[in-house]
Amino acid sequence: MTAQPFHRSQGDMLTGRAAPVATVGVIGWLRANLFSSWFSTALTLLALYLLSLIVPALIDWAYVDADFAGDNRFACKSSGACWAWVDQRIDQFLYGRYTADQTWRVDLAVVLLIPALAPLLFEGVPFARQLRWFSLAYPAVATLLLVGGIGLESVPTDRFGGFMLNLTVGLAGIVLSLPVGILLALGRRSRLPVIRVLCIVFIEAVRGVPLITLLFVSNIILPTFLPPDVTLDSLIRVIVMVTAFASAYMAEVIRGGLQAIPRGQYEAAQALGLRYWQTMGLIVLPQALKISIPGIVNTFIGLFKDTTLVIIIAMFDILGIGNAMLAHPDWQGLSTEAYVFIALFFFVACFSMSRYSIHLEKRLDTERRD
Amino acid sequence: MAQNASARLTGRPGWQRLWSDERTRGLIYQLLVVLGLALVVAFIVSNTIANLQRVGLASGFGFLSEQAFFDINQKLIEYSSTSTFGRALIVGMLNTVLVSAMGIVAATGIGFVAGVLRLSPNFLLSRMVGAWVEITRNVPLLLQIIFWWVLLTGLPKVRESLTIGDSVVLNNRGVRLPAPLFEAGFEWVAAALLAGVAAAVFVARWARRRQELSGQSFPVAWTGLVLIAGLPLLVYWIAGAPVAWDVPRPTKFNFVGGFNVTPELVALWIALSTYTGAFISEIVRAGILSVSKGQTEAAGALGLRPGQTMRLVVIPQALRVIIPPLTSQYLNLTKNSSLAIAIGYQDLVSVGGTILNQSGQALEVVGIWMAVYLSLSLLTSMFMNWYNRKIALVER
Amino acid sequence: MKSVLKTAVAGAAALLVAGAAHAATLDDIKKAGVLKCGINTGLPGFAYTDDKGKWTGFDVAYCRALAAGVLGDPDKVKYVNLTGKNRFPALAAGEIDVLSRNTTWTFKRDVDLGFTFIGVSYYDGQGFIGRKALGIKSAKELDGASVCIQTGTTTELNLADFFRVNKIKYEPVPIETNEEARKAYVAERCDVYTTDASGLAATKTTFAKPSDHMVFPEIISKEPLGPLVRQGDDQWADIARWTLNVLINAEEYGVTAANVDKLAAKATDNPEINRMLGTEGALGAMLGLRKTWAVDVIKAEGNYAEIFERYLGTKTPLGLARGLNALYTNGGILYAPPMR
Repeated sequence: MTAQPFHRSQGDMLTGRAAPVATVGVIGWLRANLFSSWFSTALTLLALYLLSLIVPALIDWAYVDADFAGDNRFACKSSGACWAWVDQRIDQFLYGRYTADQTWRVDLAVVLLIPALAPLLFEGVPFARQLRWFSLAYPAVATLLLVGGIGLESVPTDRFGGFMLNLTVGLAGIVLSLPVGILLALGRRSRLPVIRVLCIVFIEAVRGVPLITLLFVSNIILPTFLPPDVTLDSLIRVIVMVTAFASAYMAEVIRGGLQAIPRGQYEAAQALGLRYWQTMGLIVLPQALKISIPGIVNTFIGLFKDTTLVIIIAMFDILGIGNAMLAHPDWQGLSTEAYVFIALFFFVACFSMSRYSIHLEKRLDTERRD
Repeated sequence: MAQNASARLTGRPGWQRLWSDERTRGLIYQLLVVLGLALVVAFIVSNTIANLQRVGLASGFGFLSEQAFFDINQKLIEYSSTSTFGRALIVGMLNTVLVSAMGIVAATGIGFVAGVLRLSPNFLLSRMVGAWVEITRNVPLLLQIIFWWVLLTGLPKVRESLTIGDSVVLNNRGVRLPAPLFEAGFEWVAAALLAGVAAAVFVARWARRRQELSGQSFPVAWTGLVLIAGLPLLVYWIAGAPVAWDVPRPTKFNFVGGFNVTPELVALWIALSTYTGAFISEIVRAGILSVSKGQTEAAGALGLRPGQTMRLVVIPQALRVIIPPLTSQYLNLTKNSSLAIAIGYQDLVSVGGTILNQSGQALEVVGIWMAVYLSLSLLTSMFMNWYNRKIALVER
Repeated sequence: MKSVLKTAVAGAAALLVAGAAHAATLDDIKKAGVLKCGINTGLPGFAYTDDKGKWTGFDVAYCRALAAGVLGDPDKVKYVNLTGKNRFPALAAGEIDVLSRNTTWTFKRDVDLGFTFIGVSYYDGQGFIGRKALGIKSAKELDGASVCIQTGTTTELNLADFFRVNKIKYEPVPIETNEEARKAYVAERCDVYTTDASGLAATKTTFAKPSDHMVFPEIISKEPLGPLVRQGDDQWADIARWTLNVLINAEEYGVTAANVDKLAAKATDNPEINRMLGTEGALGAMLGLRKTWAVDVIKAEGNYAEIFERYLGTKTPLGLARGLNALYTNGGILYAPPMR
């Protein structure tokens, strides 16, 4: 469909003219993006009106009219938010009732998370090979740091709380659910009918019920399933159920990755004489897991937000600590501030993770295309 | 079998020969798994029996026919504190179904609108919707439920209620609407409604056939509206308005009469539908982007307006990408409705919790919870799979 | 195939049931060196954390006294926080040795659920609090009102009974936690808030203007709150019961945390005190405990009066009067059996 310039004689070229003012520069951008039609203009004006309603009011409440210092809520005199409690309670929000002079161990565990995750999530990290060993050892190191042992004072798990409890449950759940999820995904694609059916039943049953019913199971039913003289730590019980929950979702993510591996890879491995586990461990899984990382990160985001549900079974996560503060006569009625504060924590964590996963999806997309 | 043969040739002992046969090996694996599972189950069952016996707790579902002794504030079927535990559970389950169904409808609407708006060429609008989606998706749902509930309890107090023409009352105890009381003659209105729907369906089919044959279009939407709404209204007027309205009226403490939508239901509904709507908008966006640009351009070349292009060309194709992840969002919404417990909306989990506490039948109540959610999930999946097959691309 | 499986399952089951044969609670506690005590997740006066995150309160004090009696050290307690829902399963499953979580002693819980209530540590009753501006004097005038309650407790049942018997209508607003329910009442989501009278007193102090609110005269239920243990271990139930009785008797005989050591040093003129503190007879040995167990019980947090005044009494923010919880000699109904 090339247009023939038949109305002009050949060789008669027009000299280029500058584009009209209305289509370039700031004005052009505004016209194209905000005022392209009367409808678009109306929407723009509506959006501007909404913004002018929300943003200044929010800034006034959260900062301009807010109080930042004081020993209790009565010290907050102005009309905006009362942030005086942050200074008094921040340790509890972060660490719960963790032994006060030992909180550096939690900090250290969080800091060590960076070198442990870096080689798994980013490319071109120096010493990636050595760091991967550290990644593998990290769960043990973190457990040691948090719980204690080998010279470290032991901290009972019922002192875990605040944001640190959300992190612990979320990370433990995701780390433990990875191997379980891999096994379930392989099982679901297994040629052995019994194993396939069992895996399908497990995955679909777990995905069909709400997490809080599973938490109730950990909290109310699990003890009934165990011999009377065996009691499991309640944090461990929660992690067990959270792992079971996450592994069902993980299995589906990994199954997606497995399905994306071309048949030729399996056949080539078989042709080389590799056995099932060798084929999977050396050829298929490394590729499948790599393309599953965005899905795994998304599963983690979901799980991490769900860790706030432990409040329903009497554990003091960041929301539980917030509620405990609101029950104190000094800070009653500051629920909006507390919830905004907690929401901010989760937003920063989850938003950055979801950006990372989108970035990764784009990278994988281009890698697969070339 | 080839392996088996080669094994025989190399003369290995019998058990090794068996082991190297893939089928036998598979059988042994499966046997081991079944055996292991049976042992675990036996372990759990025997412990449970021993534990229950030790504390003298009877197991079984006999407690369902015992009297409940507690009240529920929102009931879709007849219920009072003299009803049974079993009936209380049904009331709770219906409340779960109600808020889930309302949530699914609203979330779908919000998700589609937000998804389309995010792709709007209007920079400001698409960015604002984007910011809303990110905030809603990345904050725990439990917090959002509590947030909306706190917001709604900040509505005018009962003595400062907002009223619209004496028939709608809004305060922080909910929205009270007039309830219809059907009188003799209403059956004609109902029949007219049914007839209107049937006629509209018939017209739609006829119009489609005609369009396929002749290319002429017919204003189906308008005709349908007239048939479905107009016909019953006409009959309603002819029959002499056979509906009386039970309007809210103030008493000492509360408004009574009409029916009340509690702030708990509304808060839960808003929170569930915006949270899930934000996820759905991303799915819709991805679905629309998956339809190749050539389709839009071809539709434009045929002279379709942008709205028509979206409705007739892009969305039907995008739906095929959208439906499967949409199904799992619906399932998530239904499951998330169990968070109602935080703000006192009496759903299945909340009512079950009370029963658990009164009867001590923890095992049975948790079992019922899981069975009900599992069935709801299966029903939703089955319906969506049916719909998915129905709209699947018919390739020639 | 099937029969092989059956045999295997039966065999495994038999093995496990044999392993499940249970040792006495007391031996378990002594072996573990720690008492597992179930308490609330937070209830002003009864169980709450101090600034250092240590659990304290009226219900917690009983745990400490019991641990002192059994293990000789009030600090050897592992506190397990429990909600209204999981408190009974936790006790049934042996996750805790004793439940001290403001739990109402009812027929069904005692008989049907397989627990043994070992006594009453606090006599409570359910009441209502409402705004004075409503202009009503009695709960019976609440026809058509919205009532905030905590779900899953006996309060919910009493409320339904009360309104049914008085043939008046109401809208229940059931909420999971005390704090959220309180918030709903403050926002005027409900006209009245109902819970145990002790809770009402505590809640009233938290209002911006307590004098705007009034507690109605009706107490619509009996709420004898007390600790409970699993049924079937009589020795352990006896220990738990007599620990509570020691606290009450100590108040009656004037034994306090301050003077108990002096009184226990040598026999006094009062044979009741002597038998209790082990300077006469061997009551401790009958329970399988040390001769001086009661001394440790009293030393942990003091006698009943001391505990009450420290956590609930008129000098605390709750400001509760002894009322029914005074000794029978002071016009209350607290009456512990004799130590002989």
